[in-house]
Amino acid sequence: MLKTFRIGGVHPPENKLSASEPIQTLPIPEQVIIPLSQHIGAPATPVVQKGDTVKAGQLIATASGFVSANIHSSVSGTVIAIDNIKDAAGFSKPAITIKVEGDEWLPEINRSDKTESIPDLSKEDIIKAIAAAGIVGMGGATFPTQVKLTPPPGSKAEFLIINGVECEPYLTSDHRVMLEKGEQVLIGVQLLMKAIGVTKAIIGIENNKKDAIEHLQGLATKTKGVEICPLKVKYPQGGEKQLIQATTGRAVPSGALPIAVGAVVQNIGTALAVYEAVIKHKPLVERIVTITGKSVVHPGNYLCRIGTPISKLIEAAGGIPEDTAKVIGGGPMMGRTMVNIDSPILKGTSGILLINDKEAQRKPIRNCIRCGKCVSACPMGLEPYLLAKLTMLNLLERLEAEKVMDCIECGSCSFTCPSSRPLLDYIRLGKGRTGTMIRNRKK
Amino acid sequence: MNKLLISPSPHVHSGDTIEKNMYGVLIALIPAFICSVLFFGMGAIIVTLTSVSACLLFEYLIQKFILKGQPTIWDGSAIITGILLAFNVPANLPVWIILIGAFVAIGIGKMSFGGLGCNIFNPALVGRVFLLISFPVQMNSWPIAQGFETRYIDAQTGATPLALLKEAVKAGTPINDVMNAEGFVTYKDMLLGNMGGSLGEVAALALLIGFAFMLFRRIITWHIPIAIFATVAIFGGLLHIYDPTQFANPLFHILTGGMMLGAIFMATDYVTSPMSSKGMIIYGIGIGILTSVIRIFGAYPEGMSFAILIMNAFTPLINRYCKPTRFA
Amino acid sequence: MSTIVITIISLSALGIVSAVILYFVAQKFKVEEDPRIDIVEGLLPGANCGGCGYPGCRGLAEAAVKSDSLDGIMCPVGGAATMSKIAEALGREVSTQAPKIAVVKCNGNCENRPRTSQYDGARTCAIEHSLYVGETACSYGCLGCGDCVAACSFDAIHMDSLTSLPTVDNEKCVACGACVKACPRNIIELRNKGVKDRRVFVCCVNKDKGAIARKACKAACIGCGKCAKECPFGAITIENNLAYIDFNKCRLCRKCVGVCPTGAIHEVNFPPRKVETDAIKANPAVKPTANENNKNE
Repeated sequence: MLKTFRIGGVHPPENKLSASEPIQTLPIPEQVIIPLSQHIGAPATPVVQKGDTVKAGQLIATASGFVSANIHSSVSGTVIAIDNIKDAAGFSKPAITIKVEGDEWLPEINRSDKTESIPDLSKEDIIKAIAAAGIVGMGGATFPTQVKLTPPPGSKAEFLIINGVECEPYLTSDHRVMLEKGEQVLIGVQLLMKAIGVTKAIIGIENNKKDAIEHLQGLATKTKGVEICPLKVKYPQGGEKQLIQATTGRAVPSGALPIAVGAVVQNIGTALAVYEAVIKHKPLVERIVTITGKSVVHPGNYLCRIGTPISKLIEAAGGIPEDTAKVIGGGPMMGRTMVNIDSPILKGTSGILLINDKEAQRKPIRNCIRCGKCVSACPMGLEPYLLAKLTMLNLLERLEAEKVMDCIECGSCSFTCPSSRPLLDYIRLGKGRTGTMIRNRKK
Repeated sequence: MNKLLISPSPHVHSGDTIEKNMYGVLIALIPAFICSVLFFGMGAIIVTLTSVSACLLFEYLIQKFILKGQPTIWDGSAIITGILLAFNVPANLPVWIILIGAFVAIGIGKMSFGGLGCNIFNPALVGRVFLLISFPVQMNSWPIAQGFETRYIDAQTGATPLALLKEAVKAGTPINDVMNAEGFVTYKDMLLGNMGGSLGEVAALALLIGFAFMLFRRIITWHIPIAIFATVAIFGGLLHIYDPTQFANPLFHILTGGMMLGAIFMATDYVTSPMSSKGMIIYGIGIGILTSVIRIFGAYPEGMSFAILIMNAFTPLINRYCKPTRFA
Repeated sequence: MSTIVITIISLSALGIVSAVILYFVAQKFKVEEDPRIDIVEGLLPGANCGGCGYPGCRGLAEAAVKSDSLDGIMCPVGGAATMSKIAEALGREVSTQAPKIAVVKCNGNCENRPRTSQYDGARTCAIEHSLYVGETACSYGCLGCGDCVAACSFDAIHMDSLTSLPTVDNEKCVACGACVKACPRNIIELRNKGVKDRRVFVCCVNKDKGAIARKACKAACIGCGKCAKECPFGAITIENNLAYIDFNKCRLCRKCVGVCPTGAIHEVNFPPRKVETDAIKANPAVKPTANENNKNE
């Protein structure tokens, strides 16, 4: 009997089209656009000026505040603009545009493929290196990693949990990383264990990636304290609280952080980035992105420089199919649709999914038949039908009492609704409004 | 390439629809229908067809001309109401009474609240109870199950096992005398449906097949029916132990009357039952207790319809106070 | 017979006992309230719209009775007439405030602002706004899902099916401000109703640079500043590439309307100008009441 989380969950079709495609390197584009806000928290402050020449890996914007992250140039070339650009949603966001000239890296960066052994580093050294490299949560949440590794005073970490679940349909980038860069990932895991001072790490992997489980299990026998935990396939297992429950059986209380039950969760991609940052001194300037979709000619996994226009990635996969109706950054359950496909690949872009017009359109909204399927699908034990209704009525106090702030926005409710009601659309709105209300109250 | 389509996540859907669920319930009702046709003959077919077409017609007319909306009669809910109404009346009920029942079920029980999803009470039961109170004679003359018959109105009539029991208790005779008498229904008869009663409620086995099908297709969960059966078993069992001459054994209660049909198909109606599993169990227990109380101590031999309607009224309250198990 | 008599007697007795109990309970738990609150509440429209900022009409009435002056207390629905009645009832001075009306500051109809994508989520501006820029390239303009229409308690704002922009009914709007709060893009503003309902305002809220704004919408304010230079009263300010006309300073001379290169400044309810038939012929899409061309200047 495989482990999983206890309540709720759905089984969307997996559609892992690119699971067997090895990671390829995407050619460097003519210019990259690097937004200053690729993480949760304050946007970074630029430290270069228009006309400056930069090398790949060079710091171009520094973290401004505790919750923020450094940003580095992913290419060598000239800064041609520090201005607002249109992001994927079409909004104006500040960014640094760099015209590419050659591919010259900073000399201290070790770009060899050789897997290095772990040097003797202190906890502080590791966290400092991670912060300097601008690493953020690579699963899509983009929370600055160094902040997560610094537990608030009074709390003690017991486990490191590595999220190799990749429960989103279609996405395969973490799967390929585990298969192709398993050794590096395990070194990254050991570094993270050291950074938070724990002796036990659990890598949670869903059972639909048997090859990755076997591969890592083989490697983990040589590594002390790292355990591979195969999990039953169920969405949203990659949710932080769900993953902690699935792997350790502990439930993070409402409103609390994972550290409350002694867990720190990091993504597989983050572990790889930590390895590269600490051992190879390479900041987070490239990441593996899945490009996929049923009509895509060559779905695949590409190593992309941050700031590469998404249209370039789509071109590499055989061009944009004629019947594309939706372009999604991320997976189909939680990803965001984009209007601007010339917007850049960011630190948190785990995949680009093109949905064809047959599957893209939502079905017409029908009356709620009160079947309760959303209630049984909700992994947080909430009542989505009620939260959506309360949002429509704008009853924020009731929403708070019904724990709307616990919603992880996984989309299981909308996915399962037989009346195709846009439950999550409304719940997200209500959650936002309730959050604002709570923050105002504290002031 | 066309204009890009933008929507909030999720971007995929399970493909589940109202129709899938409703027609699933209809499929689950087929075995019971076959049994009733086998036992009650043409009467079962005529009553069912009349009821279904009347429900569809009334729903169409109300949606089209009163609510002035797009009629959605093929979503399956009106068909289910029609079939359940038919299943809850004797197989020799005059057609005009069925039409009244269908009008009350759809017009008052469902559309006056705003249509599918808005009603408080199970429409089929609203119709049934209306008929039971308005036309007690016709609603209580049960045709005797006698194999496939083409005759309709003038079939022989007899009492249901529950009614016989009630009379016995009223008369003061020990119920064992009745139950062990020659010609009284056996458990085999109860399972197969060879007894007097409403046309769809008699064949326990066929209804259980439907239950299994709906569980398999995940149309309903086990909570409500099992909670009802367990409550009736425990409640009836305690009374039976206390005085076997007065109170029938619980298995008899579960297998007779509208218990099976009600617990499996009517108490589990999506719209009028609670949403959380805890709530469903409380709702089921409530129905079980109310049914037993009405059957054993009340004036009516049968209490399922009333019990479900009473608990329907409690559903909003249960939803309000009975929250699902939160994550933590 | 005796049954009926007994019933009548017992029920009457019950009624009398209950009445006595109720009387004493009412005396015991009586809440002393200023009787003037009821009087003031009676003068208010009773719509309980909350447009004044108080919780319903009674809230305003309580505030009006408790405070020493009526400054800052204004029923937008009843307007000056109601406020002067309240002042009279309370024996106070009323602060005069010009009547206002909601003004929708976006002219991004289908022609001016081509649709670049299609929104397929829940039809609510608030959700669409939180998700992305909207169906057009303008990240400031109207989204057209009608949150303002839903918010209006007076049936005074409607979506125009031709332009898919909201239009305010001059007669019905009471300037309660519900639509202003409902609009996630802050397009709607309460402005002075103006003499004979005549108003001049910048019908755009786009803060992007001119080129970007113009690319998204032909009728966008590009922040060129011509209107500010033209204005003899200093009523126009340019901030973040966007012109704003202060309605307290504006004297409705309409000079700014003429110089605006994109037609972003609108004039409403003015009589048609005399020498401009050519202009209307040249550009029949422009409504006679809206902006006119500047050829006659």
